[in-house]
Amino acid sequence: MNRKITSLLAVPTVALVVGLLSGSVAADKKPARVPTPEINIERGEKCVEDTDYMRRHHQDLILHQRDKTVHEGIRTKKYSLKNCVDCHASKETNSVVGKEGFCESCHAYTAVKIDCFSCHTPERTEEAKVGLPAPSRDPTDMIKRSVGAVLPKTGGGG
Amino acid sequence: MSLSRRGFLGVAGAAAAGAALSPGIRLIELADARSPEEAASALNRWGLLIDATKCSEGCDACVTACNEEHGLTSLGRPQTDAQWIRKVTLKDKQTGRVTTLPMLCMHCAEPPCVDVCPTGASFKRADGIVLVDKHTCIGCRYCMMACPYKARSFIHEDITGQKPYAPRGKGTVESCTLCVHRVDTDRIPACVEACNADGGKALQFGDLNDPNSKIAKRLATEPSTQIRADLNLNTGVRYQGI
Repeated sequence: MNRKITSLLAVPTVALVVGLLSGSVAADKKPARVPTPEINIERGEKCVEDTDYMRRHHQDLILHQRDKTVHEGIRTKKYSLKNCVDCHASKETNSVVGKEGFCESCHAYTAVKIDCFSCHTPERTEEAKVGLPAPSRDPTDMIKRSVGAVLPKTGGGG
Repeated sequence: MSLSRRGFLGVAGAAAAGAALSPGIRLIELADARSPEEAASALNRWGLLIDATKCSEGCDACVTACNEEHGLTSLGRPQTDAQWIRKVTLKDKQTGRVTTLPMLCMHCAEPPCVDVCPTGASFKRADGIVLVDKHTCIGCRYCMMACPYKARSFIHEDITGQKPYAPRGKGTVESCTLCVHRVDTDRIPACVEACNADGGKALQFGDLNDPNSKIAKRLATEPSTQIRADLNLNTGVRYQGI
């Protein structure tokens, strides 16, 4: 019974969150009334799946990959947490947690606790740091990044 | 994780096919490198042969390499610091002979830690490597009690600076993984690499199931022992000279 109510509530909540997130993409001109997540993708042209799919299902992909890796030793790169972090970590801190961290800022916004990074390192690997553009101090660039959401038109990122 | 009936039949079939062909030709190469998409297979069983006569008392190259590889740093409280591999020194009181050897997870074929785990977090991989799935570990430490080799450690405090391939966190049990991240990419464990480079070349890593591997050949021809062989655990780590 309880579970039914929760799932009934969950659907509109997810819809609302996804709606808000895509809303922040459209209205990138003026600052939002509520604090919006930092979406700064620093590396890579395109995410492993479409942005919409990743927003709803990234947790399923990571969960599936986790069991495959731990129990069967399947270490494909595509859906691995390491691969996520390598692209999504902040250029300044090299991390996906922290106030402007890709994972933590959005999870704080949606009030969903993540505990991945109590064990896994939130920092990108040394190899992934190679070839990364140097942290930019150019003000126009900073603004562009804080509006963030200017994602490639190919539907990548997210 | 025990082998399912289907899995067992598959393995048995593959082994039969391997045996049926003429010598030197096998349908499945036993010691072939795995591709990243391929799951660990019960055709392999990874193990170590440790020659204590080549292990010298002052050397701790394996311990240092393990700590470095997995980011095991001391929190200044040696009683609770994680130890995946430790050096043990034995002295025969009658003769005065001193033996020193590394002790680590024995990667048993019948691991007691797996038997007692209430959540299935402690498990044995198809290729014989005994691991903790920290996602399901609740930190009860039954496995630490059950292990006759005292091989497991518990993480008591929040830690940072983990290696990307070796996640570790407070409230979970951990032990030697036989450098599973290296084995999966066809490399040898860090302790073996270090012992070969800086130590006495006392450690031999390999596939116990492959009759052509160096370790299997040595085990077949040279004397070796299991520690606490009386427990019938069929350890993957074997010793010489103790």
